[in-house]
Formats: sequence, C-alpha cells, structure tokens
Amino acid sequence: MAKISAGIATSHVPAIGAAIDLGKTGEPYWQPLFKGFEFSKQWMRDNTPDVIFLVYNDHATAFSLELIPTFAIGCAASFAPADEGWGPRPVPTVQGHAELASHIAQSVIQSDFDLTIVNKMEVDHGLTVPLSLLFGQPKAWPCRVIPFAVNVVQFPPPSGHRCYQLGKAIRRAVESFDEKLNVQIWGTGGMSHQLQGPRAGLINKEFDRRFMDRLISQPDALSQLPHIDYIRDAGSEGIELVMWLIMRGALNAEVKPVHRFYHVPASNTAVGHLILENLS
Amino acid sequence: MSLEKPYANIPGTVVFDADQSRKGYPLNMFCMSLMKAANRERFKAGEKNYLDEWPMTEEQKQAVLARDYNRMIALGGNIYFLAKIFATDGRSFQYAAASMTGMTQDDYARMMLNGGRSPEAQ
Repeated sequence: MAKISAGIATSHVPAIGAAIDLGKTGEPYWQPLFKGFEFSKQWMRDNTPDVIFLVYNDHATAFSLELIPTFAIGCAASFAPADEGWGPRPVPTVQGHAELASHIAQSVIQSDFDLTIVNKMEVDHGLTVPLSLLFGQPKAWPCRVIPFAVNVVQFPPPSGHRCYQLGKAIRRAVESFDEKLNVQIWGTGGMSHQLQGPRAGLINKEFDRRFMDRLISQPDALSQLPHIDYIRDAGSEGIELVMWLIMRGALNAEVKPVHRFYHVPASNTAVGHLILENLS
Repeated sequence: MSLEKPYANIPGTVVFDADQSRKGYPLNMFCMSLMKAANRERFKAGEKNYLDEWPMTEEQKQAVLARDYNRMIALGGNIYFLAKIFATDGRSFQYAAASMTGMTQDDYARMMLNGGRSPEAQ
C-alpha cells in the first residue's frame, strides 16, 4: 500500500524562482536563503519519494475570479508551467499521478471534503518554486507530483481546522491505495507577509517561530487558530499558512523534525522551511 | 443580518472578501487580460481606450491610469491580479509594495533587510 513518509513545509515566493532561473543564488542577498536549503537538497536526494502531494495556492493564474474552488486536486497526467505574465519559468513539466490523484479524490469526497477535480491546469510559482528549492534545476523532476490548490486569494480561505482534518482524510486515502508507493506531502506558502496597503512589509518573527513550534508539537491546538489572528499578526498574505496544516494533518501525531530553517527577507516575505519525518 | 467582519479594523489592510471581490470583478478581470502578450501591447499603446473596453467604474479606471495601488485595492482590486499591471510596467512586487506604504523603494528594501515592518509599529 502507499504510505506517507514525510512532510515538507516551505514558502513559495516568486522572487526565489526568479533568482534560481537567472542564476543569482550566489549573490549576497540570496546566498543565506539558499544555504538554508542545502541540507534539504541532499535529504531529497537520499529520500526521493515516488509521489509528492503538493499543497499550494494559485495566484490568479489558472483560476481567475471566474472560478474559485476552495480545494482543487489535479488529476491530469501532466501540468505545464504557466506564463504568469513574463513567460513560463524554464522548469520541467510536472508529471502527475492520475491514478493516485483520482483515488484520493474519490476517497476524500466520500469523507465529506468536497474537492474540485481538475483535469487540465497550468501550475504557477506556488507549485514550481518549492520544487526548484528542493530539487534545484534538473532536466526532469525526479518524481511525480499531484498538485493540490487551495483558495487563499479570496477571503475566507478554509479554516485551519478544516485544513488539518482534510490532511487526515488525505492520509487515509493514500493508505488505501493498493500500489506500494512512497508519498511525501508538502505544504507551501507563508510565512508572515503582507503585500498590500500601507502595512505592506509586515514580518512577525515571533508569530512565525511559534507557528513552527506548534506545527511540530501541538498541531491540534494550532489548527484552532482563527483567521483573524493570521491576518492581524502574520499579515494579509500570511494566511497562506493554513496550507501547512493540511500537510501536518496527513502526518503522524509525533513527527521527527530533521530540518528547520527561517530567513527574512525574500523580497517581501519571511521564508520558513521544515522537514518532518513520520516516526514509524 | 450582516456578516461579522472582525478583520475590517486592521490598520493599513483591506481584506479581499466577497464584497470586495464583487466590486472589483471587472477591474481584476481587466488585470487578468494582461496575462496575454498581445493584450499587454494593446494596453500600452492606449491605456484609456483599452480600459474603456471593460465595464469598470470611472474611479477604477482613473486609479489604474494613476497606478494608485491603494486606491485600486479600496475599489476591489486584489494584489495578485494587480500584479499583472505592474508586471506589464516591468516593475517588481517590492516596487508596488513600497509604493503603497509611501516609502521609496530603497527605504522599503532597507526596512525588509532589517527584518521587515514590526507588528508593534503599525
């Protein structure tokens, strides 16, 4: 049967993708950030899964205001990198896992989470920047990826509690898939940042530190954090952090943090990163 | 009965909720059209004419022409959609964010390098 072996959290700032694509990772501004992912790239080489279930949000790319699904699962065979206004990122096409994705969709919907099924979709920096951070610049991504898009653009996004419970349903779905597969779940976005209005540039290191602490050891309590606390304390775009709770919900109650990294700034954003192994 | 909006009083912050989305629909869909290179060219060749093709309010059009991002947000714009405008202008997210705070881009970039805007100093 398929099994979730680990969870990874990381921010997905577009400027990070641009720095990688333009060969700027060694510049003084970016060097400290990429240094924090060196361990992770080696860990990924040692622990390459068969499939990544990648939780991210679309940024007015595949979904405009014409259609705003709260939870959307990508069931296609492949997903091309989107042109976000300055040409598609020069990264490989993402190969999906249609069989596992369809299985998860059916299982999770029967667990009362009403997913939107997407059979054709392009993926933006929300999905490709985490892959670049953890895999660098390969000719092809070394594993399959199931994109899972969460609405965090139009308020309200799903609650932290809903996301956490969804993670548990995703885990049950993965574990009921017959093929033996090593699956990782990634939660992306955040950490504290605000991109708009006179309060733009907000960073809250204390909130972020506490969020990572509680994500590791008190996820049940953390999942109760109301939206207003995210917006007030972590900025209007900091609310993306609810997506990390989907990842955490899919892991064991006890996890082993094998890597933790935090850096300010990447453009306007605080970058947080965790690798959590499931204790067997 | 009205919905509770506890987020309405956060200083310097407009939350893009269903009401804002409804008000901003034509503005944001105009922004979305700038994802296509041909539309970007047409917009650059005559901004007012291009805007007149969209069912936007006059106020929304003026805010776009003035590149007044705070005003666009007040009128229902969402930052991820408005990003298509400043991308068309060849400007970065940091440029747009700085412009909304009233700081120069240099001062804003320095603030970010020093750890960002403190939540206490709002």
